[in-house]
Amino acid sequence: MIANLGIKRTDINRAVSFVLLVVLSAAFILPLFWMITTSLKPIDQLLLDPPVWIPSPLEFDNYPNALDEQPFLQYLGNSLQIGVAAVIGALISNSLVAYGFSRVEWKGRDAVFVLVLSTLMLPYHVVMIPLFVSFSKIGWVNTWLPLIVPAWLGHPFFIFMLRQFMLGIPKELSEATRIDGGSEWVLLTRVILPLCKPALATVALFQFIWSWNDFIGPLIYLNERSLYPMSLGLALYHNSQGITDFSILMAASTMAVVPIILIFFFMQRVFIQGISLTGLKG
Amino acid sequence: MLTPRNRRELRKIGVGLVFISPWIVGFLALNLYPIIASFYYSLTRYSPISAPRFIGLFNYEKLLYFDPLFVKALTNTLYFVVFAVPLGNMLALALAVLLNQKVKGLSVFRTIFYLPSILPLVATSIVWTWLLHPQYGAVSVIMAELGLPVISWFSDPQWAKPALIMMSMWGTGWMMLIYLAALQDVPQELYDVASLDGASLWRKFRHVTVPMISPIILFNTIVGLIGAFQYFTEAYVITEGGPGDSTLFYSLYLFNNAFAYFKMGYASAMAWLLFLVILILTFVIFRSSAKRVYYHGG
Repeated sequence: MIANLGIKRTDINRAVSFVLLVVLSAAFILPLFWMITTSLKPIDQLLLDPPVWIPSPLEFDNYPNALDEQPFLQYLGNSLQIGVAAVIGALISNSLVAYGFSRVEWKGRDAVFVLVLSTLMLPYHVVMIPLFVSFSKIGWVNTWLPLIVPAWLGHPFFIFMLRQFMLGIPKELSEATRIDGGSEWVLLTRVILPLCKPALATVALFQFIWSWNDFIGPLIYLNERSLYPMSLGLALYHNSQGITDFSILMAASTMAVVPIILIFFFMQRVFIQGISLTGLKG
Repeated sequence: MLTPRNRRELRKIGVGLVFISPWIVGFLALNLYPIIASFYYSLTRYSPISAPRFIGLFNYEKLLYFDPLFVKALTNTLYFVVFAVPLGNMLALALAVLLNQKVKGLSVFRTIFYLPSILPLVATSIVWTWLLHPQYGAVSVIMAELGLPVISWFSDPQWAKPALIMMSMWGTGWMMLIYLAALQDVPQELYDVASLDGASLWRKFRHVTVPMISPIILFNTIVGLIGAFQYFTEAYVITEGGPGDSTLFYSLYLFNNAFAYFKMGYASAMAWLLFLVILILTFVIFRSSAKRVYYHGG
């Protein structure tokens, strides 16, 4: 310690860390800043050398123009519907499954649970083709079902997280309800789930973001434009022609990104909690 | 004869199975059956218009010995994995360590670093295309200001992969968050003792922090690895495999085989090879790290 100068070493460390963090955050913000500033550039300021960092005047018309180019509002609505349907399924299925893996004691439970976790290692590409074949056979191609139904059948990550959370609830609570003659169903819905709200919120958030961001699923299953979610609509618009008007493209990208940013800001605490809930600690 | 005790056990198993039944259905329909079917398809010639025809190991032979594009895709993917996984991991750890210094504005910084990792990849890919535009992109402009050479990034076969690796490092925030949670769990006393012994910052990091969070490093490495082998969306949106196949990654080539050339059997063989590579690598990493990973508190 450099105590005789009246400065603590930890203070110096903190100051150096702070400066490094400022520099690094500037680098991390740059792509998003570039997106937003470009989305507000009038066409004549788009290709200037040196570039304008903050356009003047701001061209808000790029947003309605983007909506004229492609039915982005419809894509956003589709993404929202798929996301909500998947979230409902994820909440129901993962609650039930996690309950079965934590609050009911049965022989072989932990061996089966290892099997649940092992499926996390399975690359999507291994199941992609047979799933496509099966879903085509039952006529699910060009519907949202292949994007929604799997969420109703549980996901190892969510099962693991909810199970950890449920294991942390004292056993005595269950015993008391059972003595009062309550069934497992009553126990789950009246006692356990209300205590799991933070974990459930995390499940809902992550599932919504996964559905919103999913690209390969819609790419494989959807070919009718009116069914496209935002991710697919945006990608095909971008790849379809040699686009030169980047301000329109950036306006559309901003519309795809902003809902996620808003959700993050309103539910930041749940997000951060989600990570610690997984029990992934040193 | 069932004793009452056995009967109670059976009943409990029944209750357990009822609760996990959604997962059982999912496991059978979305994992087990597709794995088996995929292996069967990999031994056939199969396009969606005709039934699969058994051809033995022909697909595998063709992939390994007669398909230069497969080799190209595999090499590209290995290049990506070898750089993106360690670099992303190190950046995430560095950011977490910096954030763990109890700096002012922790939650703001945390948000800035984490956010890119949850944004839709299609949108961020489009943004990066424009960000790294050789002439008008912000990065090119800044580099020119600094007197650095102009790079064509995504349109230069040499720079396309490094550009994608850079972009993937931008999305490392989820790993940072996991590291941060782990760092906050390292007991302060360990650092205090090390300070008493006069340990430098680096030695504290190397001999206290790293061993204490080694299970998390292992976890992030394996999850990162599995993800990197399946790298798809950015390459599909930004480069479509180009220029000159320099970003034709494994899963992109697999996807093309399945859904552009309709060679479902061939693509299934690719999927199974990928599966084997991931399994073997994970196993090797687990084995070779066993002595170096420290699990405290069980």
